[in-house]
Amino acid sequence: MNLDFSWMAWTWPTAAFFIVIALMLCGMGVWEYVSPGGNPRIGVLRFETTRGDRLFLSLLGSAFIHLAWLGLIGPNLWWALALSVVYAIGVFRYV
Amino acid sequence: MDKTWNNKAWFLVLPVLVLVAFSAVIPLMTVVNYSVQDTFGNNVFFWAGTEWFEELLHSDRFWEAMVRNLIFSFIILAIEVPLGIFIALNMPKKGWGVPVCLVLMALPLLIPWNVVGTIWQVFGRNDIGLLGYYINALGIDYNYVQDPFDAWVTVIIMDVWHWTSLVVLLCYAGLVSIPDAFYQAAKIDGASRWAVFRYIQLPKMQRVLLIAVLLRFMDSFMIYTEPFVVTGGGPGNSTTFLSIDLVKTALGQFDLGPAAAMSLVYFLIILLLSWVFYTVMTNYDAER
Repeated sequence: MNLDFSWMAWTWPTAAFFIVIALMLCGMGVWEYVSPGGNPRIGVLRFETTRGDRLFLSLLGSAFIHLAWLGLIGPNLWWALALSVVYAIGVFRYV
Repeated sequence: MDKTWNNKAWFLVLPVLVLVAFSAVIPLMTVVNYSVQDTFGNNVFFWAGTEWFEELLHSDRFWEAMVRNLIFSFIILAIEVPLGIFIALNMPKKGWGVPVCLVLMALPLLIPWNVVGTIWQVFGRNDIGLLGYYINALGIDYNYVQDPFDAWVTVIIMDVWHWTSLVVLLCYAGLVSIPDAFYQAAKIDGASRWAVFRYIQLPKMQRVLLIAVLLRFMDSFMIYTEPFVVTGGGPGNSTTFLSIDLVKTALGQFDLGPAAAMSLVYFLIILLLSWVFYTVMTNYDAER
């Protein structure tokens, strides 16, 4: 069977983006296997979050950080990426 | 007794995963791919990087559609929620009037969006439409095809007509679930009609009201068919909401790259708002 995915217009950067997301999800699966229960806790937002919630918040927040950087500063997104990593660490540590 | 864990049950979820992959994940991936490229057709693409996102974030047209959409959603909520509560409070709670009112309330919800648009497009016309003709006969200059204010009024009244029933039915469900003992206690205490509403009915309806607000906000923020059928986004761009603008860009102009970038930003906003509402609702449940 010949599967043709050319209509999806893949590029290496977008493929890398989705591979990173997939690896993150796999990592979360392994983490859950090693330490089941999702580690629920109440952080600075004053409501309970699991580590899945914290990953979701990290990814969603990172998307908005990148958009804000693009709109307000410019197209060089490496600093936005660095800021997103710091933000994600903050979310996993304090939320 | 310990619970029995059987991870083979996960295989039962596989069909859903495959279905979601085909209906949501793969199209979303394609949209992401399109958002960083440009095409002139024939499935040939050119790398554009973040150009479409930059263009979108600096586009007055996009922000104007966004503001229009937010204003529209705010007006819809400000009208439909109080009106829905008012109607639900005045609906009969027993007797033959209950099924009659429930059926009448459910009717607008059963009509497809494009049919609702067509009904109001004809209804509002000032030459053959019942509403438009008689409003003009009263001496009020009403023409939703040419006047932006009239177009907004028509679209808002149409949405109120179509969707207030949903709020009514949800509130009614909340109201009939209140035990009689609450009302008897209020009567013994000599509570006024307002006090009964404020301290018994409203708190008991809070959960369903939250669902109603969530549903109506999301629906009105993504509205497309009804205003498109009635006004086509006009006059000018006065009723061009985000989804109409998106379809114009993607299918009217065939600008797949900019449309994909706009779709993703739109998607992120919807995702954020859904998460906020979901969090508020689940935490409200947890507090109770």
